Amino acid sequence: MTFALVVLFCLLFSCFLCLYRIAQGPTAPDRTVAIDILGIVIVGVCVIAALVTGRDFYINIAIAWSLLSFIGTLALAKHLEGRPFDD
Amino acid sequence: MMRETIGYAIIGLGALFDLFGCVGLVRLPDIYNRLQAATKCVTLGTCLILLGGMLVAGRGDMAAKCLLCGAFVLITSPTAAHALARGAYHSGAPLWEGSVIDRYGAEGAGRGGAGEKLP
Repeated sequence: MTFALVVLFCLLFSCFLCLYRIAQGPTAPDRTVAIDILGIVIVGVCVIAALVTGRDFYINIAIAWSLLSFIGTLALAKHLEGRPFDD
Repeated sequence: MMRETIGYAIIGLGALFDLFGCVGLVRLPDIYNRLQAATKCVTLGTCLILLGGMLVAGRGDMAAKCLLCGAFVLITSPTAAHALARGAYHSGAPLWEGSVIDRYGAEGAGRGGAGEKLP
């Protein structure tokens, strides 16, 4: 249990570093990169939560979160490139 | 018992990779440096956490879902990073002033934004 708390502390500190880059980043692509990385880190947080509590619906949340983070990042990249969404 | 110990060791390694990737996201000077450091480290770290979760869970649907989610992250994260690097370059994000070469711009990709015709 203590080991899981240490791992969760590492992952939450990583999330705070991503939030710092989202707040601080000079341009819009910096913020988009930080949003993408934050989505992948939270998948790891969901897996640790599933292992600690022993319930497996957190894994379903992790799968759905990774899927939505991927689609959102592709949409933001297309918007940065300047193309319309129905391309 | 042995399997769970190996699983927790892999989870700790993955958490360290996540932490170092996010430190690189904060410390590096340029969007392209930040993108490659954070994407490589965080993809490997999250896949290691999912692999360790599969080892700790043993059999059952939880282990299968961990393996499925790990394969999905391993496929989709480099794809998203590639699209994001291309979008950032075409939106005109500046390179770091210490950069020595720009092959993508030299091949005629252009630094134009929305108005320019893409190759």
